[in-house]
Amino acid sequence: MKPILYLVLLLTPLWAAAELGVTLEQPDIDVADTPSVRRGLELYVDRCLGCHSLKHLRYRRLQRDLRLSDEEIKALFPHLERIVGTMTTAMDPQDAERWFGVPAPDLSERIRALGADWLYTYLRSFYKDETRPFGVNNRVFPDVAMPHVLWDLQGEQEAVTVTVGDTTVIQKLELVEPGKLSPPEYDKAVADLVNFLAYAAEPAQLERRRIGPYVLLFLFLLAFVTYRLKKAYWKDVH
Amino acid sequence: MSECKHCETWGARLIAWIDARFPLLKVWNEHLAKYYAPKNFNFWYFFGSFALLVLVNQIATGIWLTMNYKPDARLAFDSVEAIMRDFNWGWLIRYMHSTGASMFFIVIYLHMFRGMMYGSYKKPRELVWLLGMSLYVALMAEAFMGYLLPWGQMSYWGANVIVSLFSAIPVVGDSLATWIRGDFLISDVTLNRFFSFHVIAVPLVIVFLVFLHIVALHKVGSNNPDGIEIKEKKDENGVPLDGIPFHPYYTVKDLFGATVFLAVCAWIVFYAPEFGGYFLERPNFVPADPLKTPEHIAPVWYFTPYYSILRAIPSKFGGMLAMFLAIFILFLLPWLDRCPVKSIRYRGNIYRIALALFVISFLALGYLGTIPPTPTAAFFGVLFTFIYFGFFLLMPIYTRLEVTRPVPERLTMPKPLLEREGWFWNLVRQAVSCVRKAPWYRQLDAQWQKIRTFMENNKYLRHFL
Repeated sequence: MKPILYLVLLLTPLWAAAELGVTLEQPDIDVADTPSVRRGLELYVDRCLGCHSLKHLRYRRLQRDLRLSDEEIKALFPHLERIVGTMTTAMDPQDAERWFGVPAPDLSERIRALGADWLYTYLRSFYKDETRPFGVNNRVFPDVAMPHVLWDLQGEQEAVTVTVGDTTVIQKLELVEPGKLSPPEYDKAVADLVNFLAYAAEPAQLERRRIGPYVLLFLFLLAFVTYRLKKAYWKDVH
Repeated sequence: MSECKHCETWGARLIAWIDARFPLLKVWNEHLAKYYAPKNFNFWYFFGSFALLVLVNQIATGIWLTMNYKPDARLAFDSVEAIMRDFNWGWLIRYMHSTGASMFFIVIYLHMFRGMMYGSYKKPRELVWLLGMSLYVALMAEAFMGYLLPWGQMSYWGANVIVSLFSAIPVVGDSLATWIRGDFLISDVTLNRFFSFHVIAVPLVIVFLVFLHIVALHKVGSNNPDGIEIKEKKDENGVPLDGIPFHPYYTVKDLFGATVFLAVCAWIVFYAPEFGGYFLERPNFVPADPLKTPEHIAPVWYFTPYYSILRAIPSKFGGMLAMFLAIFILFLLPWLDRCPVKSIRYRGNIYRIALALFVISFLALGYLGTIPPTPTAAFFGVLFTFIYFGFFLLMPIYTRLEVTRPVPERLTMPKPLLEREGWFWNLVRQAVSCVRKAPWYRQLDAQWQKIRTFMENNKYLRHFL
């Protein structure tokens, strides 16, 4: 059995972890948790929408899925005269390129490619780095062009590094100056934000998770009936 | 039979009217009611009809997707997002189509494996195999071109890698690749022509080939797990002794199979449409960007065995040749196999081991094609490529050396689970007894007994037991 065991060990995919060098943490989120998605939406409108559009997400869809009243939508988006269109941003892509070097990606498409785990870890991995234009760097996305937009909530983190030979590796991040939220509160706020974006990446998941059980139940019942039908027809075949 | 004489006469008259103008009853009898199929089909014989079911699903969902999809490089990605978000049930239709694509290949691979196990490609069914292989190639073309349409990063770069392979052909390579793309790089022109091929040209070819595949099969009759020709033993009416009419026996059996198959597909569609990044690759949720090459370009899982073979050969042209040869060599199977016995049940251990090695190498190559090329992966890629080709190229030799077992005169019916022999069935029985001891199984069983008693006491539901 030993050679087979070695073969299995050799083929085990360790690449994913090796590539990033950072273990992604999984937030405890559920897109069906509407209050959490709503809190995430508020944070998103407050901190992110200035640069990152959600151009595939319609206001009406948002209103229906999160069960928001017209007044609540108006309060969130005061610039809206009528509740039509999709969540675009006011920032001009050319300005963005001049200010940050790259246009800010649209998050209604990017988040599904990156995944909720990545985003959750990313938003908690900013640390102080004076060599960067905005004074912060990110452990998950090194030399990212984005500033730490939640800095006043999280506080300031510093990297604890280890130098082996010529290479310096970040061992962990340490909170040096507390923000408005305690670390558990901050993690919860980020989880809400990630939850909202997980919803925005695929609003249909609310619908499919709702309908799924009925479809499966119907098919199981039908399978039972067709099984009995088959047995009835085949009883004389030997 | 019919209680309503009026309807019966009207129905019979309508059929007679059609039959005078079209061979309705003849076709019905030849292909369904009096098409005699062997009575011992097992699990592996479901996949032919599943493939037909998936084809219908792909065509039906494809028609609705085409209604809202825009084959334009500037609009394609957004139109797919609009289908997923704004159109009623658009997400369901799209997930049914994307899940259907992967299920199509699962079903076809299992269908082909069945043919290899029971020798379904052997005389007189060589043409059935060749038509089936042509279908497989058409299906690969269909899937490859369909994958470009969402215009995501993987769509774009996957198509780019595959089309650029043609440029490795000496002399004509570059102009050939340009001719295929219609441009110097994958662009709007390529998208439009792939769309045209994907929605009309290749589906027509597939439907026509399916027709020929079935006509050829019904001419020679179905093979069976024993690999015996049932037509050699007939009763006084010319009906094979071991045959049963396809309708109603196999129509009801396939109806049950199809329901279970649909339940599996529905679970994927509703709970795991991306299937862990295998059915829908994550980088494909970002629109195509010709200026940004992804770090790791991997084709969809059903092409990865061939992708591994491509990567196993150091030269680009050699790799391309090996890849196409790996597909083409399957066509030659009826002539490479020199063993007179069809079914694996009565064939020698040499073929059993060879087939097992082939399956392992195919699965391993498939896995290796999904991961980035590391030295270890490259080594195994070469190893399994050798096994893949060895299976076919050495076949004329080892199939002649086989020590076969005696083939029975008449079909054998499948034994009940408890009476089957061998280490595999012992393992299955152990697993079943383990499950039976588990507390959750006992709870479920108690629930089922309650439902059963309820059904037995109900005058209508009683008939289902």
